[in-house]
Amino acid sequence: MLTTNPQLTADKKLRHLLTTEGLPKAIIENILDTADQFVSVGDRDVKKVPLLRGKSVFNLFFENSTRTRTTFEIAAKRLSADVINLNIGASSTNKGESLIDTIDNLAAMDADLFVVRHAQSGAAHLIAQHVNRVRPNIAVINAGDGRHAHPTQGLLDMYTIRHYKKSFHNLSVAIVGDILHSRVARSGIHALTTLGCPDVRVIGPKTLIPTECARMGVSVHHDMKRGIEGCDVVMMLRLQNERMEGPLLPSAQEFYKSYGLTAEKLARAKPDAIVMHPGPMNRGVEIESTIADGRQAVILPQVTFGIAVRMAVMSMVSGGTVDHAGGVA
Amino acid sequence: MQLDAEKLIDMLAEKIGTPVADTVIIGIHTGGAWVAARLSAKLGVAQVGTLAVTLHRDDFARRGLHPQKKATDIGFAVEGSHILLVDDVLQSGRTIRAALNELFDFGRPASVKLAVLIDRGGRELPILADYVAMTMPLEATQSLELTDENDVLRFEIREQ
Repeated sequence: MLTTNPQLTADKKLRHLLTTEGLPKAIIENILDTADQFVSVGDRDVKKVPLLRGKSVFNLFFENSTRTRTTFEIAAKRLSADVINLNIGASSTNKGESLIDTIDNLAAMDADLFVVRHAQSGAAHLIAQHVNRVRPNIAVINAGDGRHAHPTQGLLDMYTIRHYKKSFHNLSVAIVGDILHSRVARSGIHALTTLGCPDVRVIGPKTLIPTECARMGVSVHHDMKRGIEGCDVVMMLRLQNERMEGPLLPSAQEFYKSYGLTAEKLARAKPDAIVMHPGPMNRGVEIESTIADGRQAVILPQVTFGIAVRMAVMSMVSGGTVDHAGGVA
Repeated sequence: MQLDAEKLIDMLAEKIGTPVADTVIIGIHTGGAWVAARLSAKLGVAQVGTLAVTLHRDDFARRGLHPQKKATDIGFAVEGSHILLVDDVLQSGRTIRAALNELFDFGRPASVKLAVLIDRGGRELPILADYVAMTMPLEATQSLELTDENDVLRFEIREQ
């Protein structure tokens, strides 16, 4: 589908962040290590560092998402950037302007960084290729494109897993729910396999598991009780009602019965397994309320780590045109 | 060429003398943190922290981030404390500028004094140390690096 990889520079540095697919292991680890430095910024008296001072970050949301937009906005502000939020779904495209025209106009306003969310798969990729041609100083971060990718969510999930489990080498990770419509699942799977996770399982009804899963190096389970057996990490996905076309599911109640994370099903995972969810949660549809609030849930830490990971990505695509080595005393 | 840094630390401790009550020591990663740990024992100062200046460096636009696991770790209140800021080498002064900015993100200290083992000259900012163990002007082409080998600190001077 996507042939070139414009997210790396010629010398393999992060230029844009578009997808975790094909992102080198060294860069993923670099992002997670860099995020480590940013986690504690939220605890300081002054919750700000000056790395992106004087830079303009444009949040281009062609598809609504208050939560993701807010976390990018907080991340940019903690880096001292100026943030401009645009809900483009509600403005210029309705007047018939093309995507590239919109981008050119915003680039003419001296943008430094575009954070792009779009309902169409490949939109961020298209914008990145365009700015590479016309505005080589602008970086692009994909904040979710259609069913394709949501790389910062995938990376914050990796950060969360590494935080609690230290290493990926002996881990069993189960991803449960609507895999078919989930860019979060796709981004997570690519990152997990790159980081050397030996056992990734996807669990869901046949109608919600895409055929490409086998090719992605994961095992497919339709029986959740069996699929979750002995795993270290349970990543629940949101049931994406708004992306459902046609009757892929009998009902939410039916889904909960088979694939909702209940105490009974979770008991089959390891006793110290962590429970993750990208939010927003549908309690009683994907996850039992007491599990969502339980001791194994790390759903709120995911949100906190997400800001640090987005700070890391923003600063890595923004700084450093010369080299990344050496120091100055 | 090598230099015995342990001896320089003794000299520095002597110059500092008896610190005022409620002094805390903060060392700048990486070399400064090693020196700070040793100074704390010699000066009898119990509270020691470390400072990473990565997030305040002024060469970010040119060089980008330096990914590293060393982080600022200050386990006490900066607000109102007397701080002895420690680094191994003072050259351009840019690290100290960044360190002060980082420090002030945690609160407003009552005072900050700067102690370094070697002042090698080459200042680019109006910054002076309060305590210097040794002044040794070096050419910009020479590198001066503190190394920790089996828990013994040495300076390496190299022509680049």
